[in-house]
Amino acid sequence: MDDWLSLAHLISRRLFLKTTGVATLALTAPPALAETAAEAAVPPSEHVSLTINGRRYAIDLDPRTTLLDALREHFALTGTKKGCDQGQCGACTIIVNGQRINSCLALAVMHDGDEITTIEGLAEEGTLDPMQAAFVRHDGFQCGYCTPGQICSAVALLAEHDAGWPSYVTADVATAPALTDAEIAERMSGNICRCSAYPNIVAAIREVSKGGRQ
Amino acid sequence: MTPFRYERASEIASAGASAAQPTAKFIAGGTNLVDLMKLQIETPAQLVDISRLPLDRIEETAGGLRIGALVTNSAAAVDMRVRRRYPLLAQAILAGASTQLRNKATTGGNLLQRTRCAYFYDTTKPCNKRVPGSGCAALEGLNRMNAVLGVSDHCIAAHPSDMAVAMTALDAVVETIAPDGSARTIPIDALYRPPGNTPHIETVLEPGELIVSVLLPPPPAGRQVYRKVRDRASFAFALVSVAAILDLDGDRVRAARVAFGGLSYKPWRSAEAEAALVGAPATRAAFDAAGTAALRNARGYGHNDFKIPLARRTLRATLTQAAGLA
Repeated sequence: MDDWLSLAHLISRRLFLKTTGVATLALTAPPALAETAAEAAVPPSEHVSLTINGRRYAIDLDPRTTLLDALREHFALTGTKKGCDQGQCGACTIIVNGQRINSCLALAVMHDGDEITTIEGLAEEGTLDPMQAAFVRHDGFQCGYCTPGQICSAVALLAEHDAGWPSYVTADVATAPALTDAEIAERMSGNICRCSAYPNIVAAIREVSKGGRQ
Repeated sequence: MTPFRYERASEIASAGASAAQPTAKFIAGGTNLVDLMKLQIETPAQLVDISRLPLDRIEETAGGLRIGALVTNSAAAVDMRVRRRYPLLAQAILAGASTQLRNKATTGGNLLQRTRCAYFYDTTKPCNKRVPGSGCAALEGLNRMNAVLGVSDHCIAAHPSDMAVAMTALDAVVETIAPDGSARTIPIDALYRPPGNTPHIETVLEPGELIVSVLLPPPPAGRQVYRKVRDRASFAFALVSVAAILDLDGDRVRAARVAFGGLSYKPWRSAEAEAALVGAPATRAAFDAAGTAALRNARGYGHNDFKIPLARRTLRATLTQAAGLA
């Protein structure tokens, strides 16, 4: 995509978000809340540096900004999705300093200096990450909205399993269990797919955990 | 989110002074606090970020472990010393939340997380915990998830932690530092204040008092089991959970520890169940008698009446497993 195109896309997208955002607020926010928010003093912004997908980003942010909103609204990395915005759906899952987290519950200012991998950072030079390829092969999605979070989560899951992490369904927590389908399901329970593509998601993860195509 | 001033604490000793004002809050993992701030249930004017303080280690003590307040739930659950010596604790932590949340949530924050009572979250409804004096909508409301032991007519909220239930069975001790630099230790069972008519005051911690670690005494003899009953197989709060440690002498109970989750404003250690078990045969009848003793003073509020028989049956199942009979 050339720069002109991507800029135009960004602008139209942001206009769309602003328009729909205002409409939603007018419908749902009690008047008192809207007034309070409008009148309240804006807190001093904080300088935040982040390494995202190997590239340095530095910006001054309102300290209320979540990592999710920083990625989407300030760095134009919209692959990470906002679902519930309260840590229940997993659509916003990213990998921070090697660990998967819900970016909607993380304040960006608290992650100053951290290394972040988002869905945009998984493919290398046009080649899909094996997990991305497996999701495509196994049809591990329908609408696709939860998919970036599912894939980031699954990539981190394999690293956790390689490190010997047990899960709630591990019979003896002192052992490093085999990655059975039950283990995969338990370890992916922080990612909800309302299209219910779960069997295919499990199949994709199972395949990559065993080293590739079956 | 209402605006707040952000401050990053650089030293343990000075962190508390910054957070001692009533409008200030410590933040570590933020998995609970950020959510509550978005909903304007929590509206701190100042956030003191303690996440970079050097409190993220698990250290050996005389036969036990000291878990730093900033050790994440994941780090505690995957630590091999925890898994070998306190499997109950690893199981309980892994029973809670999702991996994404456990990677962020901390030991201290888990202890201090707020209730998930639906009316605490619904800002259009009365809640004495959220707005003191406004009433309790849960008493006559949809109180299926609420408490049946130790609560009051001002608040029937349940404490949501799994980790804390295991720590209560393990006789864990919470170590704190006050803003004036003084240290104290609080047995975990004494950390939480009964709701009475002040349910908005949840712990005995003073303003600016910082949890720095949780001390686990040497593990007691016996088999440790954590069992959780919930509405779905994973990533849901407990309806009832049981942490049990059962030490058998042949087919008799030599010593027992029992703590329940999902039943009270705190992890509910049951001295009654433990007394009923000691010296008794490891049988279904004895386990049922322990359950009857544990729930004798329980009171349901309608939708949560089921928790009382469910707790008795969950205790029986947990003890049966701990006794190696299942």
